[in-house]
Amino acid sequence: MRRSLELSRRRALTLGAGALAATMIGGAPAHAKNDSDELIKKFAGGKEPVKGKVKLDLPEIAENGNTVPMNVSVESPMTEQSHVTDLMIVADANPRGGVVTFRFSPLSGVAEANTRIRLAETQNVIALAKMNDGSVFMDTKLVKVTIGGCGG
Amino acid sequence: MTTRREFLQIAAAAAAIMPGGWSRSFAQQRLAQDDLLAFEPLGNVTLVHVTDIHGQLRPVFFREPSANLGVGESRAKPPHVTGKAFLDLYRIAPGSPAAYALTPEDFPALAKAYGRMGGLDRIATVVKAIRAERGDRVVLLDGGDTWQNSYTSLVSKGQDMVEAMKLLKPDAMVGHWEFTLGAERVKEIVEKLGFPFLGQNVRDNEWNEPAFEPMAMLERGSVRIAVIGQAFPYTPIANPRWMMPNWSFGIREEEVQANVDKARKDGAGLVVLLSHNGFDVDRKLASRLRGIDVILTAHTHDALPEAVRVGKTLLVASGSHGKFVSRLDLDVRDGEVRDYRYKLIPIFSDAIVSDAEMAAKINEIREPHGAMLAEEVGRTETLLYRRGNFNGTLDGVICDALLSERDAEIALSPGFRWGNSLLPGQAITREDVYNATAMTYPAAYRMTMTGARLKEILEDVADNLFNPDPYYQQGGDMVRVGGLAYTIEVGKPMGSRISQLRVLRTGQPLEAEKEYVVSGWASVNENTEGPPIWDVVFAHLAKEKVVAPREAEHVRVVGA
Amino acid sequence: MSDVKPRIRLDKKTAQKGDVIEVKTLVSHVMESGQRRDSAGNVIPRKIINKFTVDLNGKPLFSADIEPAVSANPYMQFRFKAQESGTLTFTWIDDDGTKITAQEKITVS
Repeated sequence: MRRSLELSRRRALTLGAGALAATMIGGAPAHAKNDSDELIKKFAGGKEPVKGKVKLDLPEIAENGNTVPMNVSVESPMTEQSHVTDLMIVADANPRGGVVTFRFSPLSGVAEANTRIRLAETQNVIALAKMNDGSVFMDTKLVKVTIGGCGG
Repeated sequence: MTTRREFLQIAAAAAAIMPGGWSRSFAQQRLAQDDLLAFEPLGNVTLVHVTDIHGQLRPVFFREPSANLGVGESRAKPPHVTGKAFLDLYRIAPGSPAAYALTPEDFPALAKAYGRMGGLDRIATVVKAIRAERGDRVVLLDGGDTWQNSYTSLVSKGQDMVEAMKLLKPDAMVGHWEFTLGAERVKEIVEKLGFPFLGQNVRDNEWNEPAFEPMAMLERGSVRIAVIGQAFPYTPIANPRWMMPNWSFGIREEEVQANVDKARKDGAGLVVLLSHNGFDVDRKLASRLRGIDVILTAHTHDALPEAVRVGKTLLVASGSHGKFVSRLDLDVRDGEVRDYRYKLIPIFSDAIVSDAEMAAKINEIREPHGAMLAEEVGRTETLLYRRGNFNGTLDGVICDALLSERDAEIALSPGFRWGNSLLPGQAITREDVYNATAMTYPAAYRMTMTGARLKEILEDVADNLFNPDPYYQQGGDMVRVGGLAYTIEVGKPMGSRISQLRVLRTGQPLEAEKEYVVSGWASVNENTEGPPIWDVVFAHLAKEKVVAPREAEHVRVVGA
Repeated sequence: MSDVKPRIRLDKKTAQKGDVIEVKTLVSHVMESGQRRDSAGNVIPRKIINKFTVDLNGKPLFSADIEPAVSANPYMQFRFKAQESGTLTFTWIDDDGTKITAQEKITVS
């Protein structure tokens, strides 16, 4: 999937850094594991993340790898007794796994956040929610980053 | 006309009796307007659906695909049934009008017998007849891909289609190719359209707020009808994003459900999704959401003589290029569809009379360009068609034009599903070329690409077509190639379907690191340079005079 | 302090206790990832907004620890349950230590 990296690079040029001819550092091989596994392990603190409660909304196919809209929400009463404390997003084939970590408190009342993220190529995005009792829940979504065109 | 009609009657007489809505007319051994329109009315709502007209004001030849492979859940299910298997599935007699309208079987001969299909003036006659019969029970919905892909729609920036469609008085529409007119033009048209241009799945990408009305609430036969609109979810990917930079699309399944729930809460007794998702996406959507009664599908150009039921949802597929009008009568009581009757009405242009009002409008639109469009620029000795998963003969001509006129080793032509067919022996007019190429980003580029890059492009498009999860598909066909042979294994995973790439000019395998001169058109990148593709084809035809492309042998399909 | 002006949208500024208020924020920022090189082959230094916090009357309501994989001109949207009237304080922190702040008042009855 080197092509996708090239693509995102080109998009980065047009959208982000102006006239600088920039290239990715490292030249990691296709689908090389980044540090996402370590990040997940550290975040979970020894707990096994359980699929559920977390809902990760991302487009199946990204319109623009440089800005992919993401919504993530967690089912929780958000009370003192039971609430989400941290909600971490990682991507498993970006140069680095970390994307963003949201922090909530019972004052939040709702555990939901929406932002826009960079995806260098087709990959899985993983959302992990840590509850105040230490339990960890997760959701994943495959997002395809394509060349585009040729459709219709 | 009499001769043609007599012939049609004889041909229909030979056809076997068929089940469903089509049986009535053909069983009566005639092919006349009254029979084509005959429909035993049912219930209190009539949905009328037209879609994917692609700027075609006049009747066309359009050959349905011989290759339309389904993968995953959709494998071998309609609409992924073609040719003989399609005839068997729907018990359609070979050689019958239905066989001609719905399959590629014996197409050139049947096309000569049964004539062209479609024409907005004929569609107007049908719509008016249904309204006359059903009065205020009728809802007319346009599934989109209406405003582009003909010469007059290109030069008028969609105005010709807007004005012609206005005469049909649709209740709502959705879009896809409409967006290739650019965001400003779309907004300008929508403001004055007079009926809603819906798009629950389009949001501004600054504040994440709806860019269009998500739904229209209509009242018919004492039923509240919610029409939720869904634009083509991958418009900024399949088409140039720079033309609509501030809008974000996507399937947005959760939002569809939220709109359905809102509609039900607001008292909708019938919920209709007017969708440009494509059939397989809609089939998956129907299996996952609650409360949608009908999905009027579009985009993938499928024409099915029966509605497909998924759970409690009915899916209707109304074909393309004006060949069909769908009529779905519904008995809606207490917020539920109790019964339905469906007919895919074939618009045989020689059997259905022209509506005078629409014909006048079409003449007015075409008059300034008529002589130019009618000019013959070549002739074909073989059938030219585009629709199908892999290379068709029409794109064979376009690829040949790119190879010779742009002096390229390899040609790429997009896998669009629009574009008419031409019969063997038919003159090729300027209009025929425009009907295969007219669009707003036509530059025929010439550039070098490595072999690896070419393979990546083929893999990428193949996955957009054959990913087993329909939500990851885009609904076009495979990119067409000239000068390059390849094998595709449809069932393989993403990135590993394409093999045995070979450069036809040299007979040598495509080398990953080597640079090749490639020409193509319809690049989604801004500022692509090159002459418009129609000029490339005109130049090619001026030299060749006669073309005779054969079925492509350089694309080998495995696991179909 | 930076002179960058963030933009904030609340779907309502007066609410009943228990109502959910939706907040959308945008701030102009290049979000240079530190993972790219310029034409001369030099690493373009990382410069991102690495933290976004929202407090209500000084109490933490919502925050985000941000990595280079968040897009340029970071957009943050969240919702919260209205409990008390007061001042929402929004803070964006740049890698270089610069802070961008903004405030919005809400009335809860």
